[in-house]
Amino acid sequence: MAMKTKKRGKNRLERNDRLVRLALLVVAFSAVSVLLVITIFIVQQGTPIMFKYGLKSFLAGGNWYPSEKVFGLWPMIVGSLFVTAGALVIGIPFGLACAVVLTEFSSKKVRRVIKPVIELLAGIPSVVYGFMGVIILVPFIRQTFGGPGLSVLAASIVLGIMILPTIISISVDSLQAVPPSYREGSIALGATRWQTVKMVLFPAARSGIIASIILGMGRAIGETMATIMIAGNAAEIPRSLLAPVRTLTSNIALEMSYATGEHREALFATGVILFVIIMVLNTIANATSSRRRRQP
Amino acid sequence: MTRLRFARILLAIGVAFFPACRGDRSQTDLTLAGSTSIQPFADKWAEVFMEKHPGLGVNVQGGGSSAGIQACKSGACQIGMSSRELKGDEKDLTEIVIARDGLAVIVHPSNPVRGAKLAEVKQIFSGDLRRWNYLGGPDRLITVVTREEGSGTRGAFQELVMGKTRIFRGAITEDSNGTVREIVAHDPYSIGFISLGLVNEQVRSLDLDGAVANEENILNGRYKLVRPFLFVSMGEPAGLAKEFVDFVLSAEGQALVKKEGLLPIK
Repeated sequence: MAMKTKKRGKNRLERNDRLVRLALLVVAFSAVSVLLVITIFIVQQGTPIMFKYGLKSFLAGGNWYPSEKVFGLWPMIVGSLFVTAGALVIGIPFGLACAVVLTEFSSKKVRRVIKPVIELLAGIPSVVYGFMGVIILVPFIRQTFGGPGLSVLAASIVLGIMILPTIISISVDSLQAVPPSYREGSIALGATRWQTVKMVLFPAARSGIIASIILGMGRAIGETMATIMIAGNAAEIPRSLLAPVRTLTSNIALEMSYATGEHREALFATGVILFVIIMVLNTIANATSSRRRRQP
Repeated sequence: MTRLRFARILLAIGVAFFPACRGDRSQTDLTLAGSTSIQPFADKWAEVFMEKHPGLGVNVQGGGSSAGIQACKSGACQIGMSSRELKGDEKDLTEIVIARDGLAVIVHPSNPVRGAKLAEVKQIFSGDLRRWNYLGGPDRLITVVTREEGSGTRGAFQELVMGKTRIFRGAITEDSNGTVREIVAHDPYSIGFISLGLVNEQVRSLDLDGAVANEENILNGRYKLVRPFLFVSMGEPAGLAKEFVDFVLSAEGQALVKKEGLLPIK
């Protein structure tokens, strides 16, 4: 009698277990299927128009006048790359310097205060960065260097700051993952701390640092709100750092509210190109970080 | 027991969401859709109209001029709202001018340039005229600010000022009247265009072809940058749609327009 109830209880537990597993599976797959639906939708909406007007004129055309059925995305592609490169020029030196100071040249106490603060930077909404850019940075650039202020330079600086938390926190993690014996060995050989950082730690943590940079790059290229507010959005390849620029993301967000028909499809096509660029970046990031894991 | 509770929860959710989807009114008798420039005014009219006709539901939706015209053609709404003239195959719709809106070319208040010819404004926006000194201003590059493609305001400016000429690629592009005004208010060498009703003390509107941008000059025809706000419909509006249009065109409806900064029809 007692054994029988126990057995029934076990059966019930097993059944519950199966149910829970099934429920979790459904939830997990619905997350994946959202990605799938988005991909299919964007491609389906965006690709026909690319082939209708020719891939070459779409990608390499220098004029964007959707009301005249002229769709050339080249200025936006170049714009996205310029702004992202600018963000990296600002973000990489500051980010790496900060990561090195945090791991090698500061006490545990300092680190415990500073690292969470930096990670907090990542939680500030991008519209706030954009707002600060418009209020402080843009007038500063206009008064100091001339031009409209809304520029490649302004966008690069703000995006550079926005990607700092990504670069710093992943770099710190990979620098900390370098075995202490490497450091000790280097110091024992008479190297200074800076020499140790330069010649031992950087090479050892290289793939993690590269992954951090690529993830930062992904964030910069995908950022929309801040760029729309401070880049000026001129659909022309910028001739200088002080000229306005439009990125792929801004192009979509700027025009989507009134776009209809082919104009709308062209914005979806912009999304397809952005999607491809980000996929490539993510693949590279995954490849480099998995190589890191395989290393001893 | 649990099943009963479950059913009750379902019912509660249903009750909570269903009326939210339908809006407060039990039915929609008339739907307007289109230009976001007209939408706030249409909301006002609808509000007063519904007070006068209790039990009737008037639904006002945005979406932009082109979308509104399309919706009207497809029958999704009885009245489409357009802040630009109809073009091409849209011309078979019936259009009714319900108000007019001036377009102001604005500069920074500190700019010494008081006015310009329309042809000069066109040259500035086409990128052929790049420096203020040509117009008697400082020897600085002009920061040209425009609206994004698809915007009704840009469409009107294109038609009234630019004609077939393109607005040049290097122009700074913003997606609302407000941002254009904000940028012009802070950049001493900039120029932009916005709705006349939205000009405030932060910016100054240029005199065009010698005419100050104000209501008087628009009414006597000396100030040329005026765009119509249109209601469009398939055929003559009938039934409730006609009643609504008549109300909008009545003295009371037009007074509402004037109060909100638009120009009444002649």
